Amino acid sequence: MSETANEPLLEASELTKSYGSVEALRGASFEVRAGEVVALIGDNGAGKSTLVKCLSGVEQQDSGEIFFEGERVRMDTPTAARKLGIETVYQDLAVAPELDPAANLFLGRELRLPGFLGRLGMLDKRAMRKRASQEFARLGVTLQSIDVPIGSLSGGQRQSVAVARSVVWASKVVFMDEPTAALGVVQRERVLNVIRKVRDQGMAVVLISHNMPEVLAVADRVEVLRLGKRVARFTAADATLEDLVGAMTGALTQEDAA
Amino acid sequence: MTTDESTVDTNGVHTIERQSLRTRLLTANTFWIGLVLLGLVIVFSVLAPDAFPTVFTAQTLLIETAVLLVLAVGMTFVIITGGIDLSVGSVLIFAGMVSAKTMEAMSPNGNALNAGWDVILVGLVVAIAGGTAWGFLNGFLIAVAKIPPLIVTLGTLGAALGAASLINNGSDIRTVPTELRNTLGYGTSFGGIPNLVLVAVVITAVAAWLLHTTRFGRHTYAVGSNAEAARRSGIGVTRHLTLVYLLTGLLAGVAGFMSLAYYGSTTISAHATDNLNAIAAVVMGGTSLFGGIGSVLGTVIGVFIPAVLKKGFNIVGVQDFWQMIAVGAVLIAAVWFDQQRRRARNRL
Ligand SMILES: Nc1ncnc2c1ncn2[C@@H]1O[C@H](COP(=O)(O)OP(=O)(O)O)[C@@H](O)[C@H]1O
Ligand SMILES: [Mg+2]
Repeated sequence: MSETANEPLLEASELTKSYGSVEALRGASFEVRAGEVVALIGDNGAGKSTLVKCLSGVEQQDSGEIFFEGERVRMDTPTAARKLGIETVYQDLAVAPELDPAANLFLGRELRLPGFLGRLGMLDKRAMRKRASQEFARLGVTLQSIDVPIGSLSGGQRQSVAVARSVVWASKVVFMDEPTAALGVVQRERVLNVIRKVRDQGMAVVLISHNMPEVLAVADRVEVLRLGKRVARFTAADATLEDLVGAMTGALTQEDAA
Repeated sequence: MTTDESTVDTNGVHTIERQSLRTRLLTANTFWIGLVLLGLVIVFSVLAPDAFPTVFTAQTLLIETAVLLVLAVGMTFVIITGGIDLSVGSVLIFAGMVSAKTMEAMSPNGNALNAGWDVILVGLVVAIAGGTAWGFLNGFLIAVAKIPPLIVTLGTLGAALGAASLINNGSDIRTVPTELRNTLGYGTSFGGIPNLVLVAVVITAVAAWLLHTTRFGRHTYAVGSNAEAARRSGIGVTRHLTLVYLLTGLLAGVAGFMSLAYYGSTTISAHATDNLNAIAAVVMGGTSLFGGIGSVLGTVIGVFIPAVLKKGFNIVGVQDFWQMIAVGAVLIAAVWFDQQRRRARNRL
């Protein structure tokens, strides 16, 4: 970890969030520092995805506070989070299947032509295709062509495009909600390498994964969520598989974690 | 296909190629439906070489489709968002009605036949405003109040027709300015091209530009493809949907004014199936009812297929009713192809 890493970059304090009668978050806290990879783990339904959505402006918490670089912030919209340099790979991917990979990469951030035509709203499709193809190549996303609908790609390719989109635009924090779930061995290794690269550039990465060896291999720290609450925190180097599983199932709890 | 490979460009950067032109053509719905239209034209030209491939037939075909084309172009945007607008025919009548009523009110003795361009221009503005207002109402109810488009526009289908009928106690207004009829209605420019057609062509070209080259168009596809993804990408989905329905209402307003110029009457009873004709044209042209896919060119072709069938059947002496059957079959086939393609492609 770098020296700037003592202050949390993004911090959630006691978030609650209910969907009707389902309490997805019951006072969940979370923090991540610049230049570290934090794995957020927990059983299915523990509230991991909900926490990520609250921290990326897709959902709003019912109570609790979010701090960014020490200041209290409101994440009313996805745009608010993006303005802070926070990007997300959602578990349900959130890509537009009928649009091509380049269009998906630039969704909501389309490049316009220079000058008058651009002010009329005309897109610079050529520039977007070029930049997209370079970024995909740089990040090891293999695609047959740059202009097929993304829905016709394999699940793994689609997930790789979503990962690429998040790291291309992020400047501070990247959330990845099960980014390796649909991936083969080679693609998975590529994504883990991308995660390390992004971390080494000084960004914070939050990885959600059910693959414990993967978590221990790439994460600097691990935070464990159970029934909508943080129940344990570990330094990855000191944690064992048994510790993680124990915390997830409730066999092991830490007094100071919540 | 063999050309779909990645290459290394001059800077040594690995880049990913586009598909070959051939692949892009063959996978485009528009290409196939265009072939169908071409085939129809050829068949009728062979069957009736003296009557079908003539300037006169082309002119009447174009004139008769101009108003529908404007409606269908607006409908294309709506259907690409995954929505539907059943109200366009009624909005067309409403726009024509308020426009005609306004022009009458501005003329001596309530007779607008001899009205000049000042009155006609006011009539145009009123028609556009009338159509836009219904479009905005549709958009608001769909995007903000989140009521399904089918229900909202079924409601405004009735409401706009009712409102139009109230304006003149249910009867048509027939004093449309002669000047308007002679210019926009029947006039021609550039050596024989009907003005009505020119207006439709300009509107279609602008709409194609908007849909295929601008950010507005890109967002229209994105909203129809995955509205939640669009929202999470920072696209103002509510605003965009409202604008799309507003645009369609605006175009229905323009169509109402064109209809007024052409028929010289508000033709209350003549537009009951305009909405279905527009939807059929859009869908035949390869625009997907599921949203996210479509083109203006496809819609142009989709508008002409029923028109060519009708004209062709008339000329070769086949009963009109066959046209309805044939159009129905083409429509169902087009949707079936769309579904097959989606199933083959979305391997989720
Ligand atoms: N949009 C929603 N509507 C209703 N319930 C939801 C919604 N999203 C999540 N939940 C519920 O909230 C709980 C936590 O879900 P989630 O955050 O997805 O868990 P995880 O990602 O850890 O598996 C689950 O019980 C889930 O069913
Ligand atoms: Mg989840």
